[in-house]
Amino acid sequence: MIKKLSKSIGEYKKQTILTPIFVTLEVIFDVLIPYVMSKLLAVIENAGDPNAVTAGDPIKQILGYGGLLVVFALVALYFGAMSGRMAAISSAGFAKNLRKNMFYSVQNYSFNNIDKFSSSSLITRMTTDVNWVQMAFQMVIRIAVRAPLNLIFTLIMSFMLNAKLALVFLATIPLLAVGLLIIMKLAFPVFDKVFKNYDRLNVVVQENIRGMRVVKTYVREDEETRKFKEASGQIHKDFVKAERIVAFNNPLMNLAVYASTVLICWFGTKAVIGDATVVGGFTASELSTLITYVTQVLMSLMMLSMIFVQITIAEAPAKRICEVLDEHSDILSPENAVNEVIDGSIEFKDVNFSYKSKKDKLCLTDVDLKIESGQTIGIIGGTGSSKTTLIQLIPRLYDATEGEVKVGGVNVKEYDLKVLRDAVSVVLQKNVLFSGTIKENLRWGNENATDEEIAEACELAQAAEFINSFPDKYDTLIDQGGANVSGGQKQRLCIARALLKKPKILILDDSTSAVDTRTDALIRKGFKEYIPTTTKIIIAQRIASVQDADKIIVMEGGKVVGFGNHDELLATNEIYQEVYYSQNKGGSENE
Amino acid sequence: MNKDKNKKMPPNQAPMEKGKQGHPGMPGGKKMKRGAKNAGKTFARLLGYLIKGYALRIVVVLICIGLSAVASLYAADFLKELIKQIGVLVEAVKAGQPASSLNFDPIVKEIIKMIIIYVIGIISSFLFNFIMVKVSQGVLKTVREDLFSKMQRLPISYFDRNEFGNIMSRYTNDTDAIEQLIAQSIPNSVSSIVTIITSFIMMVTTSWQLTLVVIATLIIMLVVIKFVGGNSAKYFIAQQKSVGKLNGYIEEMSNGQKVVKVFNHEEQAKEDFDKLNGELCENMTKAHTFANIFMPIMANLNYLQYVIVAMVGGVLALKGMLIVPSGEAATPYVMLGIVSSFLLLSRNFSRPITMVSQQINSIVMALAGAERVFELMDEKPEADEGYITLVNAKIGENGEIIPCEEHTGIWAWHNPKAKEGEPEYIRLRGEITLEKVDFEYVEGKQVLNDISVYANPGQQIALVGATGAGKTTITNLINRFYDIADGKVRYDGININKIKKADLRRSLGVVLQEVNLFSGTIAENIRYGRMDATDEEIVAAAKLANAHDFISRLPEGYDTMLTGDGANLSQGQRQLLSIARAAIADSPVMILDEATSSIDTRTEFLVQRGMDKLMEGRTVFVIAHRLSTIRNSDVIMVMEHGEIIERGNHEDLIAKKGKYYQLYTGMFELD
Repeated sequence: MIKKLSKSIGEYKKQTILTPIFVTLEVIFDVLIPYVMSKLLAVIENAGDPNAVTAGDPIKQILGYGGLLVVFALVALYFGAMSGRMAAISSAGFAKNLRKNMFYSVQNYSFNNIDKFSSSSLITRMTTDVNWVQMAFQMVIRIAVRAPLNLIFTLIMSFMLNAKLALVFLATIPLLAVGLLIIMKLAFPVFDKVFKNYDRLNVVVQENIRGMRVVKTYVREDEETRKFKEASGQIHKDFVKAERIVAFNNPLMNLAVYASTVLICWFGTKAVIGDATVVGGFTASELSTLITYVTQVLMSLMMLSMIFVQITIAEAPAKRICEVLDEHSDILSPENAVNEVIDGSIEFKDVNFSYKSKKDKLCLTDVDLKIESGQTIGIIGGTGSSKTTLIQLIPRLYDATEGEVKVGGVNVKEYDLKVLRDAVSVVLQKNVLFSGTIKENLRWGNENATDEEIAEACELAQAAEFINSFPDKYDTLIDQGGANVSGGQKQRLCIARALLKKPKILILDDSTSAVDTRTDALIRKGFKEYIPTTTKIIIAQRIASVQDADKIIVMEGGKVVGFGNHDELLATNEIYQEVYYSQNKGGSENE
Repeated sequence: MNKDKNKKMPPNQAPMEKGKQGHPGMPGGKKMKRGAKNAGKTFARLLGYLIKGYALRIVVVLICIGLSAVASLYAADFLKELIKQIGVLVEAVKAGQPASSLNFDPIVKEIIKMIIIYVIGIISSFLFNFIMVKVSQGVLKTVREDLFSKMQRLPISYFDRNEFGNIMSRYTNDTDAIEQLIAQSIPNSVSSIVTIITSFIMMVTTSWQLTLVVIATLIIMLVVIKFVGGNSAKYFIAQQKSVGKLNGYIEEMSNGQKVVKVFNHEEQAKEDFDKLNGELCENMTKAHTFANIFMPIMANLNYLQYVIVAMVGGVLALKGMLIVPSGEAATPYVMLGIVSSFLLLSRNFSRPITMVSQQINSIVMALAGAERVFELMDEKPEADEGYITLVNAKIGENGEIIPCEEHTGIWAWHNPKAKEGEPEYIRLRGEITLEKVDFEYVEGKQVLNDISVYANPGQQIALVGATGAGKTTITNLINRFYDIADGKVRYDGININKIKKADLRRSLGVVLQEVNLFSGTIAENIRYGRMDATDEEIVAAAKLANAHDFISRLPEGYDTMLTGDGANLSQGQRQLLSIARAAIADSPVMILDEATSSIDTRTEFLVQRGMDKLMEGRTVFVIAHRLSTIRNSDVIMVMEHGEIIERGNHEDLIAKKGKYYQLYTGMFELD
C-alpha cells in the first residue's frame, strides 16, 4: 500500500527528501541551544570563582555564547521554516498527484468498475480521504522525523552532560511508553465503537431531515426522538468510557516529567556537590540544562504516540484510495484493433450476461438477435427485464459473459473502443448534463461541430424551439446536473448531443419518457427522414413510442420473448398485449 | 465522520500540533464558516448548559486546572531555590568542609516540597481530565438531544426553506465545534490565563529587569504572529475556494461518469481536472507553507527570547547590576538560580500567549457553530392550537358513537369542548372541503388562487397539472404542513385548525412520489405506518401493495435490512413499500401524490389493483402524471398556475375538448 501511494510523490521527490533533511538540521540546532546555554550559565556560576577555568573576560564570553546562540536560533528558525515550506510543497503536490492518479484511473474504468463504486464513494475518496492521507504524509516526512530525532539527540546530549544522570531517562521513558501503549490499546476499540455509533446517529438525523414529511404524516416525532436519544445515549456512554481511559494520558505524562525532574534534581545536586572541586566536573548550570531536556525528551515521546494515532487513522482512507488505484478496466481496446465500423448492423449470438457483482444471476439468457443496418428497433419490457443491459453490450459498455455481440459484422471486442463508441451513440436512461453552456454540452458529441451542425441536431431532437426561446439561446448556461431545464428539455438536449456524433447506431434508453407524445412522434419522424441509414434502437415504456418501429423486441426476465412488428406481436405475444391494453384502455376497465 | 481521535491532546503539552488545529485542508472544511454574530450571548448560553447540572464539577475543574498550571510553573521557583542551596554547599565544600558533614536538609526539604506540589499537580490534572470528559460529553448529549427534539417539532416549511446539508451540518460540524470549545478551547484558555498571570507574578518578583526584556521580545513575537497569521488566513480562503471548485468538478464528473465514457470524453475530463487540481495544489502549498512555518518560527523566536534573557541576565549579573530580591545575597549561585528559573518562566509566559492568540480563531469558529445550533433551537415550532382528537369508535345499538381502545375501522372526532347541544363525538366520514383558498409560500408569489374543492366521503378526487400548478400545495394544506386562515379547510364540517395536528395526520394516509425509507428491516419500515401492526397485518399490507412477491424473493424476506434509504432496492420496489406502509396505517382518507410514477406501466397495472382496494370506501386525493391512472376518478380537477381551470369527470372533460382533452390525447407534455 505504501509503495503504491508513494508513487504519487512523483515530481516532488526533491522536496520530499529535503523536508526530513531540514527537519534534522533544525532539530540538531534546537538540541544544541540548551547545551550552549549551559556554557553561558556556567560563566555566571563561575563569576566569583577565581579558580575556574575562564578564558578571558566573562562578559565577552557571555556575549560570545549569546551571539552563538542567536546564530543557532536563527539557523534553526531558517531550517524549521524551510522544512515547513518543503513539507507544504511536497504534501500539496503529493495530494495533487494522488487525486490526479485516482481521477485518471476512474476515467479508464469500464461500466463494471464504475458500478463497483457509487459516485458518492468516489467523491469521498478523491476529496476527504485524500486529505487524511495527505495529513498523514506530511506528518510522516516532518513530525515523524522530528520526534524520534529530537528524542535521540536530546538523549545523546543528556548523556554527554552527565551519563549517570541521563540513566534516569532509561527508567522513565519505558514507563511512559508502556503507559501510553496500554492507554491506546484500551481506548482504541472503544473509540472505534463510538465512531460507528456516530455514523448511526448521523443516519438517524439524515433520514429524519430527508423524510420529515413521512415522520409528520405518520406522527412519529416522539418515536424518532426516542430512537435518537437511544443512539445519543449510547454514544455518550461509550465516549465517556473511552475518554476516561485517555484521561490518564496527561497525568501519566506529568508523572513521567515530574519523576524525572525530581530524580535528576536529587542525584544532580549530589553530583554537583561531589564535583565541586573537580575542574570541568558537573555544574549547576549543566543541571539546569538537563532539566530543560527532561521536558523535551518526554514530549517527543508523547508526540510519537500521536503520530502513531494519526497514521492509524489514515490507514482506512489510504486503503480506500488504493482500491480506486488498483481497480483496472477489464474492457480495453485490443491490439491491431479494427478502426472502422462499416455499417449499423447488429447481431447477438447466444449471448448470456451476468453482472460482476452478482455472478450467479444471469441478466441476459440466450439472446439471439439480428438487426439490419438502418432499421428502427423498439424494445419493450417491465422494470428488471434487462432492456438496458441488452443495449449496453452494443457499444461494449459491458462485455457479454458468453456468446458474441457483433456490430457491422465484427465482434465488438475487436474494435478500437473509441471508434466503436463513436459509431454507437447511446442516450443513457440516467443522463446528465454538465455545467456550462448548452453549446458546450452539445459539443460533447463532437468537439468540432459547427454552429450549423449543432442547430441541425437540435432541430432533429426537437430541441431547437425551446433553446431559441431562451434569451441566450445556445449560450444559455446549464446548472450542474441540468437543474434549470425541465425533464423533457433535458432529454431532448441529450438526444441532440448523441446525434452530433453522427453515429451508425443510435440507442435511446427510455430517453423520451418526459417528452410529450406529439414531440416524441416528431423526433421519431425526424429520425426516419434525416438519418435513414442509422440503426435506431428505442427503449420505451410507452407502446406508442415503438409502435411504428420496424421490429420490436419484447423482453421479460432477461430473455427475448418476442421479436416482430407491432401487428405480429399484438396478435401473438401475451406480454405485449398486456402492456398494450394497460396503456390504451386504462387499467381497471380491463378486468 | 471526521472525528479526530486525537483531538483530546492535553492542553499545553503538544505545542507542535497545536498549529494543526483547524488546519487548512482539514476534511469537512469545504464550507466557509462565518463568524458568530452575537458571540457574547452565544457564549453565555453555552455556559448556561455547562452550569446547569455541572456547576459543582465546573468549580472543581477550574480549581484543578489552576492547580495543575501552578504546579508545572513551580519547577522554575524550585530550580532557583535548588541552585541557591547547591551554591551554599558548593561554597562549603570549596571552603574545605568534608562531604560527610554537609547539611543536605534544606535540599531535601526543597525536594520534598517539590514532590508534594507535583503530586497535587498530577492529581488535579487527572481529576480535571476525568471530570471534564463527563461534563463535555454530557453537555454535548443535551445539546444534541435538544436539537433533535426541537427539530421534530419544526414545521415542514422549515425543511422546505433550508437545504439538507445546512440542517445536517448543525449535527456534525457545528456540534463538533461546540465539543472542541468545551473540551479544549475553554480549559486551555483557563489554563493559559492562569499560567500567564502566575508566571508574570513570579517573573516580576524574581527580577523586574528581566521581565522587561521578556515583554519587549514578546511584543516582537506578537507582531510576527500577526503577520504570519494574517497571510495564512488569506491563502487559506483561496485554498478553500479551489477545494470547492475541484470538489464540485469531481462530483459532477463522478455522477456523470457513464456519460463521459459513452462520449469518449475521458481525455477532455482529465485536462479540465488537471487545471483545477493544479490550481488547488498551488493555493494549498501557500496556505500550508504559512501554517507549517508558524510553529518553527514561534519555537525559535522563543529560543531567541531565551537567549536574549540569558545574555542580558548574564551581563547584568557579571556587572553586578542584577537586582536580586530583597533578603538574598548577590552570590553567583543566587544569580544563576535567578537566570535559570527565568528561562523557564519566560517560556511558560510566552507560550500560552502565542497559543491563546491562535486559539481565539478556533473559539470564534466554535461560537459561530454554537450560534447555528441555537438558531435552530430558537426556530418557532409548529403551532398547534387544535384540541379535537381522533378516536377509535364503535357504533352502539341506537346508532350512538362509543369511543373504544381497539382498532375497529371506525373513527370519530372527539371534541372535548363541545357545547351544550353539540355532539361530543362526530363520526369520521372523510368529507373534506376547501373554500375559496388563496395561498402563498413567499409573500407576493401566489401559489393558490381562489381554490374550492369539495370531496364527499368515499370520492376520488384527482388533481392534474404541470409542476408548480399547485397540486401538492393543496395536499399540504389538508394535512396542515402549511396553515391558512381559519375555517377555509373543513374536515367533516370541522375547521381543521381545531383538530390536533397529530390526530389530523393520523387520519390521512399519504404516499409521496419521493420515497423515504428508514434504516431497519422491511417489516419495520412497513410497520412505520402503524406501530402496533402484527406480522400478519404487515404481510397483508405488502400483498395489497403487490410488494409481497419481491420481498419474499429477498434472501431474508421481511427481515432484510434496508440501509441508506433503501438503496438496495429499485425505485419501484421502494414505491411499493411506501404504499404498503400507507396501507397498514389504514387511514380513512388517502393522499396519493404521484405514488406510482416511478413504477413501470406494467407493474403499475398490477399495483393499481392493490391501490384500488386501498382506495375503496375512502376519500382519496390523487395527483398523477399518467392520466390513465386517474380516469376513473369521481372528479378530475385540472390546475394551471394555482387555479382550477377545468373540473368534472373523465367523460365530461373529454367532451369539453379543453386542456384535459389535449393532455389526454398527448398533445401537451406535463412537466
